Amino acid sequence: MANEKFDLKKEIEMVREDCLRPTRTFSRTTQVWIACLLIVIGWGLYCYIHQLRHGLGVTAMRDYVSWGLYISTFVFFIGISHSGTLVSAILRITKQEWRRPITRSAELLTFVSLLFGGIQPIIDLGRPDRIGNLVIFGRIQSPLMWDVISICTYFAGSTVFLFLPMIPDMALCRDSLTVTDTRYKRFKKWLYKFMAIGWKGTKSQWHRLEKTMNIMTIVIIPVAVSVHTVVSYIFAMTLRPGWNSTVFGPYFVVGALYSGSAGVILGMAAFRKLYHLEKYITPKHFDLMGRIVLALTMIYAYLNLNEYWIPAYKMATAEGHLLTDLFSGSYSSAFWTCQFGTVLLPIVIMAFPKGRSIGMLSITCIIIVCGAWVKRYLIVVPTLLHPFMPIQEVPGSWSSYFPNYVEFSVTAAALAGIFLVITLFSKLFPMMAVWEVEEGIEIEHDKQLAIELKEQRIAEDAKAKLLEKANGEIKPKVLISEKI
Amino acid sequence: MSEDKINEPNKNSGRRNFLKFGALATGLTLVGGGLQKVFSGEKGTGEKVRLLSPDGKVYEGDKGNLCEVRPLPVSNEEARKGIPNKKFVMVIDLAKCDGCKKCTEACQAMHYTESDREWLKVFTMKEAEADAPYYFPKPCFHCDNPPCTKVCPVNATFKRQDGIVLIDNERCIGCRSCMAACPYSTRFFNWSHPDQKQTAALGNIKYSPEQSVPRRMGTVEKCDFCPDMIRQGKMPACVSGCPMNVIYFGDQNEDAVTNAAGVTVKLSKLLSDNAGYRHLEELGTEPRVYYLPPKNRKYPVPDMDKVDRVKNTKKPTEMVMDNM
Repeated sequence: MANEKFDLKKEIEMVREDCLRPTRTFSRTTQVWIACLLIVIGWGLYCYIHQLRHGLGVTAMRDYVSWGLYISTFVFFIGISHSGTLVSAILRITKQEWRRPITRSAELLTFVSLLFGGIQPIIDLGRPDRIGNLVIFGRIQSPLMWDVISICTYFAGSTVFLFLPMIPDMALCRDSLTVTDTRYKRFKKWLYKFMAIGWKGTKSQWHRLEKTMNIMTIVIIPVAVSVHTVVSYIFAMTLRPGWNSTVFGPYFVVGALYSGSAGVILGMAAFRKLYHLEKYITPKHFDLMGRIVLALTMIYAYLNLNEYWIPAYKMATAEGHLLTDLFSGSYSSAFWTCQFGTVLLPIVIMAFPKGRSIGMLSITCIIIVCGAWVKRYLIVVPTLLHPFMPIQEVPGSWSSYFPNYVEFSVTAAALAGIFLVITLFSKLFPMMAVWEVEEGIEIEHDKQLAIELKEQRIAEDAKAKLLEKANGEIKPKVLISEKI
Repeated sequence: MSEDKINEPNKNSGRRNFLKFGALATGLTLVGGGLQKVFSGEKGTGEKVRLLSPDGKVYEGDKGNLCEVRPLPVSNEEARKGIPNKKFVMVIDLAKCDGCKKCTEACQAMHYTESDREWLKVFTMKEAEADAPYYFPKPCFHCDNPPCTKVCPVNATFKRQDGIVLIDNERCIGCRSCMAACPYSTRFFNWSHPDQKQTAALGNIKYSPEQSVPRRMGTVEKCDFCPDMIRQGKMPACVSGCPMNVIYFGDQNEDAVTNAAGVTVKLSKLLSDNAGYRHLEELGTEPRVYYLPPKNRKYPVPDMDKVDRVKNTKKPTEMVMDNM
């Protein structure tokens, strides 16, 4: 390595070029992709308006299963949003150098999935027109209110957390954009200027940015943990079998981290391929992220064991009915596929270095993310179908549930919304934190310099030793170490 | 209102045509069932009737113009406070219930509910394999430690000083947290626009949490213990609708409950003599509804095998769309 010539200036130029290139082009493929997303969103919006006009009766939900796909998706999206905190904040705190190229996409994923996760309960509301009542008549004793407060806090926090490291990059974009007369470019110039909020890169500005980032990094972690804890409390604060569980808080937090970090890997793989970042996001990153997901999946498997094995050993009446349905009833195939296919299988795959290669890990993460979504559904729906009172002589549509086209369309639109925001973001802003990667290169450069110096020194020492041997003089060791 | 012009006060108080009146501030009332009567409209039959207003005035009008209305509801504030110095309590004697569901029907008529919506549902229950089944009418338990009101984010469902748990459908945001929280599946959601017939039957009446109607799309509803009837000194619809005199209703403070036959008994004695209990006591919700065990049943034992999980009722039009 020491032989390789390390040209700092050239490296940095290259990073800037690689990061900013996607923001300068707008290919046909991207346009078609955006058009497809807009069609999905448009259809979803149409279905939502239909739901607004005719009530939630247009969904498959009825009086027993009164929460369905919307609430499951809410829990799932909020779970995905935990990725940004984990990768970004925890890796920042522990000063992991390899985090640099992946923090931006992780933080973005948090921001977007929170945005679309947060609107899910509003879509699920019977009277969204009365949402102001939450402010006028809000009761702090309600778990739903805890959710509103903590999700809003987390959303504000993660927006700041995404924005802060973008400031120097915005200045870079602003300065590197040559103004032409097209309206689009003028808009971009204005946007960058606005978002750079007067960044000049002075010493005091860097100092302040670092300080704020340090504070945010620490603050965002407890906020993130609280968010998924109180999401679980919506369920755990009830007396229902299957929800009435003391392990629900940590169970949801770990489940969120497990699916969220798998989401980050998928994002990494996608951006690496689409924006040709192979040089920055390397197999090493996948290997390390794979280890993190492996660890989280193992903790998640452990919590699953606690969540199901403890009541299954006792088989108390109401809980027993639910568990029988999950283990050997109508939900058994979905349940066991989830447990073995999306928890235990990924552990086995990721335990081997080959399972953490880019291709294998991406496939594993798709399985994990889909499995996490189905799992949320399996937490929400079967419990509602096993109330304490027997379900007797009710209309057929009440006593079973499978989401219908309205729910699928609206949920698909939310998913498309996530993709759309990510796509637009990546077309406007660099998907890697340019300055952070540069800083990494500088550190690498310093390291290389240090290595070169050390090698020089070793060579000199060896030479001196040879000379001394030749002269037949043996100097005391102390002196040599002093020289070093 | 137009009826004020039509119906001039009349000093001749003919005793034949009037019944008792409810405690109302305004309005021309003649009480029959849960409803009160007023003069309205222009069509006449020539036959005259007289009504007595709460302030003691007698009004004469045409019989053809007579129509039934609900008494004017109390204010929202009043409905949230409840009736002072009362603690309402219900006792259901399972030994006497023959599962005729007349209580459910009375409740549905009172609240204009659709046929598949049973605020008071009669279950067929069986505790253990060797046990005989019995009928189990289940209203809202109006718990003293209600899991539903705890989770409401906007205080749309609340516990009153008289023990009744009500819903304010003008405030409810439709999050359905309370439905998830209720362990007794007591709450119902208005998934679509209320039935047209029901809207027509109700006319333009003012909403009150005490009468639970008119219902609104996107809000939750449930058994309300008929506080509007209680205010008129009457029994909830299910109590008076029960031909078997199964359901007792009364005030715990007075330690007295009464059934449809008008038999008033001492609550504490009734419960202690018959080993009264509350359903799912172990959940700690402190229900205000007590049951007397189905001992020495006075009816043929229900057939558990005939109880269906699913009833084939006509689907509302909206449901046609969700065939996925």
